[in-house]
Amino acid sequence: MDYLIILSVQTMSTIAALFLLCAGLAIIFGMMKVINFAHGEFFMMGAFVTVLSVNSGVNFWLASLVLAPLAVGVLGLVIEWCVIRHLYGRMIDTMLATWGLSLGLMGLADAIFGNTVTGISDPLGAVAIGRYSTSIYELVLIGVAAALFVLLFALFKYTKWGLIARAAMQNPHMTAALGLEPRRVYSLTFVIGSALTGLAGGVIAPLTSVTPVMGLDYIANAFITVICAGPAVLLGTSLAASLFGSVNNIFTFMYSSVFGQVALLATAIILLRFSPKGLTAGKLKKAI
Amino acid sequence: MSQTNVSAIKTSGFERRPFESFDKESAFVLITGLLLLVLMPQYSEVYTLITATIYISLCILAVSLGLVWGYGGIFCLGQAAFFGLGGYTYAIAALNLGDTTLGAMAAVIVPMIFAAALGYFIFWGRIGDVYVGVITLTVTLIFVRFLNGSAGDNYSIGSVPLGGFNGIPMTPQLTTLDGSGTPLSTQAIFVISLAALMLVYFICRLFLSSHTGRTMIAIRENELRAELLGYDVRLIKLLTFTLGGGIAGLAGLLFANALTVTPGMFSLTNTVQIVIWVLIGGRLSLLGPIFGCLFVQMISAQLGVSGLLNPEIVLGVILIIFVLFVPNGAVPTLYQMAERGLNRLKRGGHGK
Repeated sequence: MDYLIILSVQTMSTIAALFLLCAGLAIIFGMMKVINFAHGEFFMMGAFVTVLSVNSGVNFWLASLVLAPLAVGVLGLVIEWCVIRHLYGRMIDTMLATWGLSLGLMGLADAIFGNTVTGISDPLGAVAIGRYSTSIYELVLIGVAAALFVLLFALFKYTKWGLIARAAMQNPHMTAALGLEPRRVYSLTFVIGSALTGLAGGVIAPLTSVTPVMGLDYIANAFITVICAGPAVLLGTSLAASLFGSVNNIFTFMYSSVFGQVALLATAIILLRFSPKGLTAGKLKKAI
Repeated sequence: MSQTNVSAIKTSGFERRPFESFDKESAFVLITGLLLLVLMPQYSEVYTLITATIYISLCILAVSLGLVWGYGGIFCLGQAAFFGLGGYTYAIAALNLGDTTLGAMAAVIVPMIFAAALGYFIFWGRIGDVYVGVITLTVTLIFVRFLNGSAGDNYSIGSVPLGGFNGIPMTPQLTTLDGSGTPLSTQAIFVISLAALMLVYFICRLFLSSHTGRTMIAIRENELRAELLGYDVRLIKLLTFTLGGGIAGLAGLLFANALTVTPGMFSLTNTVQIVIWVLIGGRLSLLGPIFGCLFVQMISAQLGVSGLLNPEIVLGVILIIFVLFVPNGAVPTLYQMAERGLNRLKRGGHGK
């Protein structure tokens, strides 16, 4: 029984981490059809901002929930202005340019911080469940992911920006014809996506080691989840994150973390063979 | 919209372009190749020859992506997987069978079979565009993850342990064919590699001028139209993909002969590099990827030695600049400029 509880807590926190990681990428990809290959580095930047702030005495919650998204959001604004906006509609070119960006940011972080491992300790301690114990922070992570889901849902469903965003997603030309400047919508979207990624980096920082190359470990999972999510950004991402998070965790428990990862990737390939447009391709296409 | 660049180059005349015509470029490749083939082994030191062999194997890898992505229009991020698979197959088969010639054959055939199986999933599932890139990247990463975690005695194929992060340090060198088991000299391996590069170049040229090759280009230009004209798009894409996989496997075999095989062959860094070579050199030519590869490798080596700037930053900036300003790559752009210059010369005083 205890074992089941701990297993499900672990699984839920894996899913939560995956959802946090993917939300920003999914919004950018879903709305702008831009595959942001520098996503992992945005994540890394968020983690570094949090670690540096905490080390210089800032409160952890302030650092991870406010400073990290803010800093990465500003970075996103600059990058959208310099690179992305010249490449709209050229999917593979955008991917390559952001790939260059990814290399550049990684090299820059390496030059500034050095190739060392930093990190911050778990801010909350552990709680016992029967014979096992789990970190309270993992429960908080699940809470943060749930809150983000609700917040994004409300944003898309009930605000004017959400309406415009969904319109731009379904038919960009018609949206532009109705007098909305697509550039501004896209620019704002990219900034929001970047900020969410910064948030993810900040929140996940205590659970991982923070290095200049950490983005590489996360990027593959993020992409696969977003591609498999399909046209419904929020629902698709959460469904895909749940599926992959569970598969990963179950196989990790049964064999090893390597097998967990391999099982995740194999599931993705099989899924795309039978549903090439992603999980939400059919009836759920018009969902959020 | 990305199509516009491609067709701009194409409509400028696949046959009419003066420097891209079959004869001149092939003659250039043939003469340069033969010169290097004769001169390098005599006048170069062993270290230079080994470095040259590595570069040549990477050039072959670049050509394989040039064929699949540039001409076939399949954005494949799995060339590194076929490359690594070729290397590993060679090492494992050669050590198990005790015969490097069989190992060398397996190193080309196994990646081709693997590519065919993967291609079946991709093309019969009607997966297109960026999705192909993501799937092939995923496959590459599966290999990295698996091989990095394969240290220890549990993971061995036949008598060969996979060795985890360190790979297979006792990767054998190709031997002479008389069965005595004498390893070939560095010079001989260099000659084989260079000959293989030239062979790959001419095979690709032949393929491109064949009916199937032309159909492949038609599919890249407009998949729907090609399909409506009755061509089996899936089959032709699968053929291209498999050929590309085989060439990448050959590259892996040569690389394994110059160094040893490690999981690094599959790595994301390697995957990125291949794409950068092809993009910089020009994906709409076969020479482009070769020059792109040599250029980037030399820059990286120089920066690595001098330690002035982080090579990653430089590569990143080069990649962004090329995507934004020279999306067709260096070689096709140079051809275009030369063509324009020639036309201006021909017109002479009559021009504007």
